[in-house]
Amino acid sequence: MTRYIIKRLLGLIPVIIGVSICAFLLIHLIPGDPARAILGERATPESLAAVREQLGLNDPLHIQYLRFMGQLIQGDFGRSVITNSLVIEEFAERFPATMELSIAAMTIAILVGVLAGVISAVKQYSWFDNISMIGALFGVSVPIFWLGLMMQWLFAFKLGLLDASARLSVELRLDNITNFYVLDSILTGNWEALFDSLKHLILPSLALATIPMAIIARMTRSSMLEVLRQDYIRTARAKGLKEKVVIFRHALKNAFLPVLTVMGLQFGTLLGGAVLTETIFSWPGIGRLMYEAIMQRDFPVVQSGILIISLIFVFINLVVDILYSFVDPRIRVN
Amino acid sequence: MSETVLNLNDTQQPRNETRESKGLWADAFNRIVRSKSSLIGLIIVAIFLLVALVAPVIAPYDPINDSDLVKRLEEPSGQHIMGRDSQGRDIFSRLIYGSRISVQIGVISVSFALILGVSLGAAAGYYGRWLDGIIMRAMDILLAFPSVLLAIAITAVLGPELRNAMIAIGVVYTPHFARIVRSTVLSVKAAEYIEAARSIGCSDLRIIMRHVLPNCIAPIIVQTTLSVGTAILDAAALSFLGLGAQPPTPEWGAMLSDGRSYIQKAPHVMIFPGMAIMFVVLGFNLLGDGLRDALDPRLKQ
Repeated sequence: MTRYIIKRLLGLIPVIIGVSICAFLLIHLIPGDPARAILGERATPESLAAVREQLGLNDPLHIQYLRFMGQLIQGDFGRSVITNSLVIEEFAERFPATMELSIAAMTIAILVGVLAGVISAVKQYSWFDNISMIGALFGVSVPIFWLGLMMQWLFAFKLGLLDASARLSVELRLDNITNFYVLDSILTGNWEALFDSLKHLILPSLALATIPMAIIARMTRSSMLEVLRQDYIRTARAKGLKEKVVIFRHALKNAFLPVLTVMGLQFGTLLGGAVLTETIFSWPGIGRLMYEAIMQRDFPVVQSGILIISLIFVFINLVVDILYSFVDPRIRVN
Repeated sequence: MSETVLNLNDTQQPRNETRESKGLWADAFNRIVRSKSSLIGLIIVAIFLLVALVAPVIAPYDPINDSDLVKRLEEPSGQHIMGRDSQGRDIFSRLIYGSRISVQIGVISVSFALILGVSLGAAAGYYGRWLDGIIMRAMDILLAFPSVLLAIAITAVLGPELRNAMIAIGVVYTPHFARIVRSTVLSVKAAEYIEAARSIGCSDLRIIMRHVLPNCIAPIIVQTTLSVGTAILDAAALSFLGLGAQPPTPEWGAMLSDGRSYIQKAPHVMIFPGMAIMFVVLGFNLLGDGLRDALDPRLKQ
């Protein structure tokens, strides 16, 4: 097992180097002068020179890359050219918001998706199966930013049940311990804030959950259908086990492997989808930070941001692969 | 006991595989038409293409110039069945013209990914060794980025324009095509008919084009169909963020972005473009799934 993990970690090195090269080159894709692109047409020659100096654009490309990597290894992800704050600090500050949203979305997606998939497989071609699979098809086809806005319109503006933007109402105070608002309000026993932060969390996490929920439901269904046909399921039933035990203990356990992979991939994709969802719901996470950086042409933040998010993405996929090999030892051998 | 059950099950299965085959494409078409969901997909895609084709004939108003600021955000009525947008333009007409832009997005960005991905995948699979290593590692790296985010970043640095959004989407989709083609090439490369072609002196290019690639046609068609749908979805997201089509272009994502500010006052401005995107993408998804089953019945379970 340790050997497998080490092998996988070593295999990450070329990917990480490649990702860093892509992120590094991103800023050089800007047509014309990046310094002018950041500062705009009316920039003075002095400020242009200063930005060029700050970004190190005067050096040859390979020197720039080596310096970029050298800084990265020391944990220096550069500074924003707009606010001059450290990119890594901005990310660290906003990261809990995105994680809270992603975890909530993934929880919804897994609970609903797996359950719908299992019921659909067990009752194949029933009305439940038909409706949930049609729902899943719509789920992968709908633009989530539009769905999010429609949910805002219905649940926040029309019905006034939930909140459409930010993480907490302005008038509420919450002591930050972990910056996960739901967790913080439980830890401090602030029930009013807990209720309020949940009201803010539901709509964006539902919007973000749509696509993974649909994909997990489809994957669970097809994987369950395959497993349910196998002999050992028949044996389990023949032994007189309760149907619930057969389905959840025997079938789902084996059907779960491909679903687990999909979950890992989707969790990474959530980080991309967060840009849209966080923008719509004014959620102060890293997705919104990326959006603001793009709009202000704050390219160092965009560059480091995409690098950080991709590294998280790569890391999550690695964790899923390792988990996978735990559950299915055959993977390690191959 | 269990054996008798097995036998019973086996004999109960209907066997009607003796139907006469009329060739791959005719068979595939028959299967699509017989499956309800892929038929719906086919119909949606056909309507979408038809609307794009005859847009100037069926659109009651000009999508850009017929604006009446006094009647901005007017609710749907007999004259304007989907109402007017923030500039007082007819939303229905803009939606119809928008389908042309969506066709353009689907065709251009997916063709980009298709041509690049197929060439890279074929070269990697056919020549193998270091070329394979380099190309496929590069593809892995592209896949290491969350796709929407990569498209957003590329468009952001290239400049907010529809053309750049299409390039970004093309780049992001390339690895999927490369992977499909490479794996098929690897599976047929050692076949005897390839060796035969080489021994009669066919050039590498001819072998790849005439003997290798036809084997990947089915999976490529499926991937292309599904990609057109997601390309339209992703381009709409980019335009919504202000990175793709710019106003006054009647692109669906840009129309949503325009309606966003008036969501409380005039929700109709947002409802219709979103539904248009959803149904077109749904159509391509249904058709793509149907094609997958139709072109490779072994996959269907």
